[in-house]
Amino acid sequence: MSGKLKWVTDIEKSVLINNFEKRGWVQVSENEDWNFYWMSVQTIRNCFSVETGFRLSDDQIVNHFPNHYELTRKDLMVKNIKRYRKEMEKEGSPLAEKDENGKYLYLDFVPVTFMLPADYNLFVEEFRKNPSSTWIMKPCGKAQGKGIFLINKLSQIKKWSRDSKTSSFVSQSSKEAYVISLYIDNPLLIGGRKFDLRLYVLVTTYRPLKCYMYKLGFCRFCTVKYTPSTSELDNMFVHLTNVAIQKHGDDYNHIHGGKWTVSNLRLYLESTRGREVTDKLFDEIHWIMVQSLKAVAPVMNNDKHCFECYGYDIIIDDRLKPWLIEVNASPSLTSSTANDRILKYNLINDTLNIVVPNGEIPDFKWNKVPPKEALGSYEILYDEEAAQGDGSDRDMRSRPGQAFGAKGSRARDSGRSAPTTWK
Amino acid sequence: MLGEEEELSVSIAHIVQKLKGSALHCQLEKEARKCLLSTDIKLETLKEDIREFLKSSGWEKKLQNAVYRELTVLPAPCHPAAPAEHIKEPLAYMRRAQASWEKRVLKSLNSMCTELNIPLARKRPAEEQKELLNKWNEMGTEEPDLTLFRPVYAPKDFLEVLINLRNPNYDTDQTSFRANLGLIQVPLKMKDIPELREFFGELNLNTGQLGVDDSTPVPPEMFENEHLRIGKKILEEHDSAAAQQYVRQGCPTALRAELWALILNISDQPEDILYYEQLKSNVIQHDLLSDSLIYKDVKLTASNDDYYFVFEDYLYQVLLCFSRDTSVLEHFAYNSATPPKSYIRGKLGVEEFAVVYPPNGVIPFHGFSMYVAPLCFLYPEPARLYQVFREMYVRFFFRLHSISSHISGIMSLCLLFENLLQTHLPQLFYHLREIGAQPLRISFKWMVRAFSGYLATDQLLLLWDRILGYNSLEILAVLAAAVFAFRAMNLMEVTSLAAAEAVLADISTLKVMPLLQIFLFATVT
Repeated sequence: MSGKLKWVTDIEKSVLINNFEKRGWVQVSENEDWNFYWMSVQTIRNCFSVETGFRLSDDQIVNHFPNHYELTRKDLMVKNIKRYRKEMEKEGSPLAEKDENGKYLYLDFVPVTFMLPADYNLFVEEFRKNPSSTWIMKPCGKAQGKGIFLINKLSQIKKWSRDSKTSSFVSQSSKEAYVISLYIDNPLLIGGRKFDLRLYVLVTTYRPLKCYMYKLGFCRFCTVKYTPSTSELDNMFVHLTNVAIQKHGDDYNHIHGGKWTVSNLRLYLESTRGREVTDKLFDEIHWIMVQSLKAVAPVMNNDKHCFECYGYDIIIDDRLKPWLIEVNASPSLTSSTANDRILKYNLINDTLNIVVPNGEIPDFKWNKVPPKEALGSYEILYDEEAAQGDGSDRDMRSRPGQAFGAKGSRARDSGRSAPTTWK
Repeated sequence: MLGEEEELSVSIAHIVQKLKGSALHCQLEKEARKCLLSTDIKLETLKEDIREFLKSSGWEKKLQNAVYRELTVLPAPCHPAAPAEHIKEPLAYMRRAQASWEKRVLKSLNSMCTELNIPLARKRPAEEQKELLNKWNEMGTEEPDLTLFRPVYAPKDFLEVLINLRNPNYDTDQTSFRANLGLIQVPLKMKDIPELREFFGELNLNTGQLGVDDSTPVPPEMFENEHLRIGKKILEEHDSAAAQQYVRQGCPTALRAELWALILNISDQPEDILYYEQLKSNVIQHDLLSDSLIYKDVKLTASNDDYYFVFEDYLYQVLLCFSRDTSVLEHFAYNSATPPKSYIRGKLGVEEFAVVYPPNGVIPFHGFSMYVAPLCFLYPEPARLYQVFREMYVRFFFRLHSISSHISGIMSLCLLFENLLQTHLPQLFYHLREIGAQPLRISFKWMVRAFSGYLATDQLLLLWDRILGYNSLEILAVLAAAVFAFRAMNLMEVTSLAAAEAVLADISTLKVMPLLQIFLFATVT
């Protein structure tokens, strides 16, 4: 018994504080000795900056990896995934297999994306191939739907072109880098409405990769009927599902907050589309998560004092293909409804049970293998160590043929609760 | 009394009459005529050959399913000379009670009409028609001012009527100690526990069930796979009766939509879609006061529901079309209720100027839209969703808000619920009664809505599987009692109605099948 764990947070959210207090942990200020710091992304930036030269001691852990932005900044995520695909291709990995149109069969899960202004010319080339397409512009460094807009004409983004005549403007706005992605204009609609998925993934170490998926994610619905018509391009309520945006819509409902549980989604899809395609969809979602993490693992600073709980945003199209839209380092802990509050409280509770075993003062050297009972609503998404131990590396390679080949029917053989088929 | 044989021939005559002139009848005739051109048909054996043809081409199955449909809604056999009102409801005092309740409801509707100075119906100007057509798929975004509208009645108003109902031929004063304990004071025949056990035989602990994870002799996965296989086979065979038997053990999620449609004998004919489109154009053309009641109800219930808010627009589409569907009137032949009538302005009481209002004869009440909501999980096409709902309504749901002595009627369900609690859990029943928390005051709303909006959707669908499977609503009363049994420990500690309500406020985490099984089969009586 080495005393009570000392915690700090710069995010004043009751779902956090209640969880800390429940464990009998002691609150301290950031200038005192602390063991556990739940911090915002701004704080982690300062904490690990070169100037401070700060190092964490053996009994300290924080809720971010120092360079989490490799995954959570839209431009870097895309860059890392592109690099990962090239590497796989070079290695001759079957994962990098392409179809007759040159599209990756298993690694094509992010909508076509470019950086602006850097890739302006590449973008123009792509845009001209398919001039009727709609694209979505997002500022690289912002979250919660801020600064996002849709375009379907080149003229609308002229100012990001390199040879723009108003060069003074370019130099001034060059800091405002944007990513531009092909807009998924055939989203799956339920009750005529568009939605996206918010799923939580916990990473406790990148090398070896150990990650957990939270079973209780949710769908976020737009309050306004979806219409692909271009006349509605300016109406962001049609297109964006962020609660931060939807909350300002007239129709926002404070009882359910436009949120639907993943189990509702599963029931609906299984009832209307059948079990096989539903299983395949969820299988592919797990696949996307693991591949995105593998893509950033080599560049991630795998500090032993760090863990991170990511909010994955996924859109499903009408052919039931999931697309990774972005990953958030600080998923919102604000509760919009009573159920939301329960969910987020439990999310933090289960997260803490995994990263701070028994609620005791952490020791960064622990092997990060939580007992099964500690998982709560998390399930193991991927455990590189265990996978290699099993010799499942071979499995991993033969996977595409198995799970994607015939029709992903393998998922059921291992029983309902089997989280993934390809571990 | 009729002999068995006579009874049968009355039933047959009834069904033949129902099917004559139906679309199926025409189709059968057409097919039979067409087959005469085939070389397989010989003049000598004409009758047998045509029969054989109809069998092999699948038409016989369709006829069987249609006959089966009529059988399930066939009123209890009665003397051919009995007047139609006896088929609706054999007990005179029940008929009177229903009639006076209808009068009250209609009066409330009419007074709202006068108060708000809104006509019951009006033709929409062309411009408005166009507008409505454009936003047909997003009616939920319209926010008409509904503050002045109120639901015509809520389940609790209806409960008061049921509580006050007495049989004038039956002296309830002190004759039976037992009868006085509950709220319902009307003697009706109903099943006791042994009879329920026999009736719900397939739910016993040794039969595989979907919705139960453990404790079967066969591992659940093995049962599930086998059950799925049989389910697929039944769909291939297209056999209504087999499907009905099958769903008693629960539907696999992926097959439920098809199996229910098969049991309800819903076909996917183009004319059905046309029919729905016709109803839709009726909605576009005319505005009814009852539309505002539907809007109001959806806004008050489904729009705020964690499970169903997504389907708000589907609910408007289905319910508005439903209110215009005059084919719903047919079910009043076996419903104790009578469609409300309204008169053309200035002709009050003159029969020739009477019209049924709303056109389907059903006045929506608070919570009505919850009958549709769960079905939205199964049918993404509005036309199909509509048909399934209409059939569910004319087979089952109407019984939950009409006063009748039918075994699936709400009166019987209330009484069954009270009887089960009194017999199974006399201490609990007595305790709740003593503190002024009559159990029926809490469970009534569950039963009136067939538990929609109270259970998690997956559980609700498992429950409705059994309603379809047993062609009976009695399971609602059993489940209501089972919920009380499950929470009995907590309920024994409460000291007020409010506290008892709080204990039972959220039943969305309950697992329906284990509760039913334990209550019916694992409780010592």
